[in-house]
Amino acid sequence: MSADVHTERGALADAGPAAAEPVLEVRNLSVDYGFGDDPTHVLREVSLTLRRGEVLGLAGESGCGKSTLAYAATRLLPPPGLITGGEVWLTNREGTRADLLALSDAELRAARWRDIAIVFQGAMSSLNPVFRIEKQIVDGIVAHQPRMRREEARERAAELLRLVGISADRLRAYPHQLSGGMRQRVMIAMALALEPQVLIMDEPTTALDVVMQRQILEEVMELRERLGFSVVFITHDVSLLVEVADRIAVMYAGEIVETAAARDVYAKPRHPYSAGLLGSFPPLHGPRRELTGIPGAPPDLSAREPGCPFAPRCPHAMDVCRTELPVLGRTAQGEDNRLVACHLHTTASSTEPLPPSLSR
Amino acid sequence: MRNQLLFLRNGKVVTGLAILGFFTLLAVLGPWISPYDPNQVSDALLSPPSAAHWLGTDHTGRDILSQIIVGARGVLVVGLVAGVSATVVGVLVGVTAGFVGGVGDESLSALSNMFLVIPQLPLIILIAAQLPSAGGLTVALVIGATGWAWGARVMRAQTLSLRKRDFVEAARANGERTWRLVLAEVLPNLTAVIASGFVGTVTFAVLSQVTLSFIGITPVSEWNWGTILFWAQNNLALQRGAWWWFVPAGACIALLGMALTLVNFGIDEIVNPRLRSTGLHARSLRRRGIRPRVGFTPVVREARS
Repeated sequence: MSADVHTERGALADAGPAAAEPVLEVRNLSVDYGFGDDPTHVLREVSLTLRRGEVLGLAGESGCGKSTLAYAATRLLPPPGLITGGEVWLTNREGTRADLLALSDAELRAARWRDIAIVFQGAMSSLNPVFRIEKQIVDGIVAHQPRMRREEARERAAELLRLVGISADRLRAYPHQLSGGMRQRVMIAMALALEPQVLIMDEPTTALDVVMQRQILEEVMELRERLGFSVVFITHDVSLLVEVADRIAVMYAGEIVETAAARDVYAKPRHPYSAGLLGSFPPLHGPRRELTGIPGAPPDLSAREPGCPFAPRCPHAMDVCRTELPVLGRTAQGEDNRLVACHLHTTASSTEPLPPSLSR
Repeated sequence: MRNQLLFLRNGKVVTGLAILGFFTLLAVLGPWISPYDPNQVSDALLSPPSAAHWLGTDHTGRDILSQIIVGARGVLVVGLVAGVSATVVGVLVGVTAGFVGGVGDESLSALSNMFLVIPQLPLIILIAAQLPSAGGLTVALVIGATGWAWGARVMRAQTLSLRKRDFVEAARANGERTWRLVLAEVLPNLTAVIASGFVGTVTFAVLSQVTLSFIGITPVSEWNWGTILFWAQNNLALQRGAWWWFVPAGACIALLGMALTLVNFGIDEIVNPRLRSTGLHARSLRRRGIRPRVGFTPVVREARS
């Protein structure tokens, strides 16, 4: 299981040993905010591949484009969001590939939920308070499968609830009669109703306590094994990501700066930003270490400077970092299955080795 | 361009404001720029538009164009005064009722409900007929006094929903005074509703006044577009085929209503910060073939600058 990333120059295939076929391929996706003459370029040619059965984590500080990437890929970005280029190839269950950005409205509507489902950030308030949850699940199923009879859909709804660990008699409950964790489970159950290929979870557990978080995530991971869907997991909780994700893509200022297997990002970060992120929270396992954090704040995306966006905060910034934008490429160590966008890795040599924090 | 003037980049607003400005100019300069005295009779009885009388004359040879130009003032003054007074009363009653709740809300709601069920036009006619001089300003105030209830209703509902929002609760927790909560937290969120209510009331006031003049409640010596229609109706302009008598006045009323509606459309897009970018760039979006919708992010593949 692996995800790979393309640069502007073309594919940098890094098919790992267990590489499965890709289900969701985002290629050179660019997104602007603002309809005027001077829009903010939020995403710049971001590429990302999600393989079958994989959990891909998107990590990064607030405002670095994680959610924008997920919503743009599904065309759910509200105005004044604007997709200015790229492709999003989705393989559905039958094996046909389609570019989500080129679909007609009707096709896109049909593909939503059936092939790609989303659990929203505010899942707690995504349920309509005046309808029983049974009706809400059944309505959704029937909307996509008009030929299904309502009794069948009701049975399916009960099955779904059991799937996420809620007893089926809760179907007759109104949303306010459920706890936050249960509502969250209902949302996940609904997202899985049509057995989508891809489940996007946008900070799905942020409002829950850690016990509930763990339970729900374990359930999702278990369901993934059973039903074989892929997950894009967005969170700013990097420690959580390290636990649940197979692969992590670290985003900074609307670009992916590093992508690698979760354990590799955790144990051996290659980008100074990843190293900084990891130094911002206590490790769950292993020896205690000093928390360092990252000085400064993410850059203003509406006033981009040339060069690497992380340069002003980077402890290892060189002259070239302020003039040239680094592109994703191999690490200086030449490792398989991981890419990094950092000048340190392209210029590193025997005379100028990598800083110790990036060469573990 | 400065932020405060951004609304001038919205095509609808500019069109609406241009028409309004034109009529305002007529209202201010009317008596000086009208070619004739609107009351001056002449030999040219019921003559169609000509070089001497651009919009023709009525049955006593009075110039229609002059009547329209001079009549603009009556229409606009009544519309403005009635609109302002009804909006002020509506906001006061509605926001107070919505914010205080309890007995205050109940009694204020009862009051506005009472005004809602009273048939408005007959009431205006009754009041106007009882008053010694039913001139423009009186009519305006009568319209204002009877036309505030819908606004109050809407304002109350909106305030009820707003005062429970987290940002109002947070302001309360910060120790802000009640009047500041109302003025600084709630009112700015009502701007769109107030503005569109105002524009709607102005339209209603203009139409009411024109109606009153048309059926002859207000003194016929006071010129407005309704008075012209009154004379045209009384002298069978339609049957005589004297279209120039009633069409221009009717067109002016329709045009003024349209201008107010256009401004109303624009207000919505300007006051709501989320819609602002869309509204401001409507033209360029159309040119680039972008239709901003929720749920279907537009995709454009154009060369990036």
